[in-house]
Amino acid sequence: MNFIRKFYYGDIPEDKAGGNIVSKDSKTDWPLWEVFIRSKQGLDHKHAGSLHAADAQMAIENARDVYTRRMEGESIWVVESKYIIASNPDEAGELYEPAKDKIYRHPTFYNLPDEVNHM
Amino acid sequence: MSALIDYTLHLADNSLILGQRNGEWCGHGPILEQDIAITNISLDLIGQARSLYQYAAVLINDSELSVSSKASSPLERRFGGEVSEDSLAYLRTEREFKNCLLVEQSNGDWAQTILRQFLFSSYQYYLYQYLQTNTDTTIAAIAEKSLKEVSYHLRWSSEWVIRLGDGTGESHGRMLKAIDELWRYTGEFFIPADYEKELKIDGASLKYEWSKKIKTVFDEATLTVPPDIFMQEGGKQGRHTEQLGYILTELQYMQRAYPGCEW
Repeated sequence: MNFIRKFYYGDIPEDKAGGNIVSKDSKTDWPLWEVFIRSKQGLDHKHAGSLHAADAQMAIENARDVYTRRMEGESIWVVESKYIIASNPDEAGELYEPAKDKIYRHPTFYNLPDEVNHM
Repeated sequence: MSALIDYTLHLADNSLILGQRNGEWCGHGPILEQDIAITNISLDLIGQARSLYQYAAVLINDSELSVSSKASSPLERRFGGEVSEDSLAYLRTEREFKNCLLVEQSNGDWAQTILRQFLFSSYQYYLYQYLQTNTDTTIAAIAEKSLKEVSYHLRWSSEWVIRLGDGTGESHGRMLKAIDELWRYTGEFFIPADYEKELKIDGASLKYEWSKKIKTVFDEATLTVPPDIFMQEGGKQGRHTEQLGYILTELQYMQRAYPGCEW
């Protein structure tokens, strides 16, 4: 018999909260998104972090609430994390080591004319 | 003057009480990102309430009310010197709050919270647009500043209504239940209280736009706008549902137990 249901003020009963339910099927979890924020005009977008969202629209809104509430930015990019292709850390040696002893690739050996100010 | 004070308090109370209600989700949101979203909205609303209470306090302190001998006047209650935003939020009783009944209704599940936000934000959106041209320049300025926030609340809650209404069988069912629960509190928006009549604030004129907005979003969410039913009212005049007492008990506890305390 369930005549009286007890609610404690200010507390959301667990069965109503919707959260904390451990999903049995990982397919029902929202995908992960990577967020890029541009802090002001003229600068480039920088990786800010990641978050969960059901679709792109929700990802933008979540990013707005999570990453721009302290005036960090004025433009947001989101991309589903699965579309980010990263280099393999195990291959760091062959990928990056060869550049180390090729300092002549840095343009530090030129004498610039005085008239060139912004190099 | 007293009508303007009442109306300013009415607007402030709407924002404060809904902000307090949404704040209860802090730490309980369905996922972390939405926990932050709903509490962000809380902070926007409490910010609006502050501006309005500050204005109301100025009006009260400047009015005859403060120099009269009516020491028992509810608005006279204050911390030490003058009436302030704090004394208006923390020292008034249930009957003195003029918020609409909708904003004090319990959070229920996520669907009910979302629907409450949507119904109210859509009202607030048209109301603030309307108030931007009010002859009282302070009210007009606060409305203009708040409108950007409210536009986002409306956009966010509209999308959630669509997401849940047009989601799974479970989420659709929960939206239907929420509509059943909350629709009866929406009629009050458009029934002017005495102080609104005195200020010639024509809330009824907003009903057409508001209904159109609700219908557009409900259509997309595969939900039906309920037919005309009996509408609850009284909040604007201080006659509240039993919910408000609990909210104030929690909201005002510190200042009641330790008058004037600061931290």
